[in-house]
Amino acid sequence: MKPELDPVSGRSTTGHEWNGITELDTPVPKAVWFFLITTFLFSVGYWLFMPAWPLGTTYTKGLLGDDERANLTAAIKAATDERGAWTRIVAEREPVAIMADGDLMAKVRESGRTLFGNNCAMCHGREAVGGPGFPSLVRGTTLWGDTPEAFAETIRVGINSGHTDSRTSQMLAFGRDGILTRQQIDPLVAYVRGLAQQGSTTGKQLDEGRQLFAANCVACHGEGGEGNRSLGAPDLSDGTWLYGGDDASVLQSIWHGRQGHMPSWDGRLSAWERKLLAIYLVDLRGNPR
Amino acid sequence: MGQLTVAERQAGIMILVGMAVLGFVMAVAGADNALGVHGAWILVAAVVGVFLMLDRYLDPPPNETRLSEYYDDPAKAGVVFAMMWAVIGMGFGLWIASLLAWPELNFDLEWTSFGRIRPIHTTGIIFGFGGNALIATSYYVMQRTCRARLQDPLAAWFVLLGYNLFCVLATTGYAMGSTQSKEYAEPEWYTDIWLVVVWVVYFVVYLRTLARRKEPHIYVANWYYMAFILVVAMLHIVNNLAVPVSWGSDKSYSLFAGVQDALTEWWYGHNAVAFFLTSGFLGMMYYFLPVRAGRPIYSYRMSIISFWGITFMYMWVGSHHLHYTALPQWVQTLGMTFSIILLVPSWASAANALLTLNGAWHKVRDDATLRFMMVAAVFYGITTFEGSFLAIRSVNSLSHYTDWTVGHVHAGALGWVAMISFGSIYAMVPWIWKRERMYSPGLIEAHFWLALAGTVVYVVAMWNSGIIQGLMWRTYNDSGTLTYSFVESLVAMHPYYIARAFGGLLFLTGALLGCLNIYLTVTRLPLTEAVSSRPPLDCEAAVGALQAAE
Repeated sequence: MKPELDPVSGRSTTGHEWNGITELDTPVPKAVWFFLITTFLFSVGYWLFMPAWPLGTTYTKGLLGDDERANLTAAIKAATDERGAWTRIVAEREPVAIMADGDLMAKVRESGRTLFGNNCAMCHGREAVGGPGFPSLVRGTTLWGDTPEAFAETIRVGINSGHTDSRTSQMLAFGRDGILTRQQIDPLVAYVRGLAQQGSTTGKQLDEGRQLFAANCVACHGEGGEGNRSLGAPDLSDGTWLYGGDDASVLQSIWHGRQGHMPSWDGRLSAWERKLLAIYLVDLRGNPR
Repeated sequence: MGQLTVAERQAGIMILVGMAVLGFVMAVAGADNALGVHGAWILVAAVVGVFLMLDRYLDPPPNETRLSEYYDDPAKAGVVFAMMWAVIGMGFGLWIASLLAWPELNFDLEWTSFGRIRPIHTTGIIFGFGGNALIATSYYVMQRTCRARLQDPLAAWFVLLGYNLFCVLATTGYAMGSTQSKEYAEPEWYTDIWLVVVWVVYFVVYLRTLARRKEPHIYVANWYYMAFILVVAMLHIVNNLAVPVSWGSDKSYSLFAGVQDALTEWWYGHNAVAFFLTSGFLGMMYYFLPVRAGRPIYSYRMSIISFWGITFMYMWVGSHHLHYTALPQWVQTLGMTFSIILLVPSWASAANALLTLNGAWHKVRDDATLRFMMVAAVFYGITTFEGSFLAIRSVNSLSHYTDWTVGHVHAGALGWVAMISFGSIYAMVPWIWKRERMYSPGLIEAHFWLALAGTVVYVVAMWNSGIIQGLMWRTYNDSGTLTYSFVESLVAMHPYYIARAFGGLLFLTGALLGCLNIYLTVTRLPLTEAVSSRPPLDCEAAVGALQAAE
């Protein structure tokens, strides 16, 4: 096939033809050459100034001597130094003194919210109100204490976490392991709910429940169900329920037992960050949103 | 079957028997893992295949006149497979998009956890839909542009069916938790080896047909298809070098470790974008767009400079996926600078396509099939610009790990890859099934607007979401702490995730209309012998007939 003139463009075809497809002999537009050369020259310039080409075991360092690792190290150091102005005070001062300092507390609240959001919110919720199995940190009784020191320690060691100092809380599976029968557990549930003035119970059930409670539960929870912090046994009479206070939930707790888990933040967060979080929580408890 | 000679039928049965044996060995050796499950499936499928072939073994041998016609049966099957995988892949895409907005949609099952069904979506689309569309159109295009009948019908079927077996093994393996954990290279070692076998045969089929061409020159579409086949083989083999735990285990460990592994992976990953999702589809565009428009290619010279520019430059740019990581800075520099130069040949290709439409813009207005291809070229231009832009280190520091990347990929996958495929398939279906036209131009029109709307909704949602994410992750407050926790950025994403799922729903709906339209074309429209394979161009030869050599 001979080259033909295309009437639309005024260009001639190349003379090749494939199943009817032809190609025009249009030269490569100047813009293409221009941008090819420009982008190439830009690259050459970039290579001159920045680390670029390998040379055996080393590489061209570039005229600017730019090094992203050095940049990163310097940026982290600068940011740490700048923050150090107030984080140092958090690390050194007593919690009471920190909480009395309005300006400092503004920073604690600001940073604490993000720290909490990135480390705690997935279980305790963004507003720290908790959910089934995950305690509210702003309302009700806390199992391990609600002073800044107690919070900081819980954050450091975790609960049933495997940390050497971990807080431990192990409740037996009374139903599953055959310690109590279902017939025995029902009055026990009623009695335990009664300790918190919940549910309605007949006198006979209450007596039966009291006897079972005395025989099985007082060792950890105490005679009045007031709990024992050193054993991780919660107060059953205060109306705060970690796993729910309805019949089904209490039955579930007694039947399967409870071995709640919280990871240790020792080594993941620094000491001042854990302290800041603890103060943030105490502050949040005092002024719930 | 009627088109296969007796010798080919015998060879086909032998291959199936061999696969049955292989499947049996796999089933026994890997009885306790995915390898064994897949072996059992292969065994059953191969035995069924043997019986199907034996059933028609005694059919009369094919007529000699077949050799004077193009062989389009595998292309037909390829179109059907491509549309099936489109629906599967997009369906899973819609599912995981919804899962991100409503996490309970995995129904608390291990098989449907995000980490398992996300690669089913990507493999289903890239390899299932894209790969089948490429194989089907390549079979069609190489015959027409070489004016030669497809060599080795049996090998062509082996490639197509073997490739789909690869897709099935890959996606079902993920659901069973079997994965190499390399993005876009998730299939485990035995599935990878199988793909190598299939791919080498594909290369041979292509080369042998090309060698018998009756045209003095090799058309540009074939350069791109060849680059696609050759480079994908190289990428696939190198990136998947791994040592299996044992011959009876589906688990393997990569030959590379640490940052070398990461760089090999992204050298593969970005060149998969280049040579699978770009090169092959450019081949498609270079055939179907000029034929449908009835216009000569704008510039032969621009085709050359674009082809070599793209082929050379893409090889360098994978490291732009690893900016600000353990990868040495000089490697990042090279990736970034070559990414910037790469924009020029990419835009030259897009411009070559759009300028080819000069003199045919009225057809773009009237013909949704051609409009699919035009919009695809536009999205190709948009996506390559965005790609070069995102490869700049300082831009990447904002965009990396955010939904912006996801939006970018989908501008390419929905706007470019899927649109050019649908356009080409709508053009090709009436030609290979010898129908006068597609059953319903109205359905194509509806598909076009659904696809375009879906793409725009998806991409705009992800641009917004990604930039918001990037900014939230780098905003510090006065006390020097990040202002937002990660969870807060997720809450901010929620509306965009819903919008993204809606965009995907539109796109999927369009693909379903496409399936319906193809089905109606094949079943409702009468056969016609008068159809030209390129209606808008003057041509002496009827469809399917080989033209006499010049």
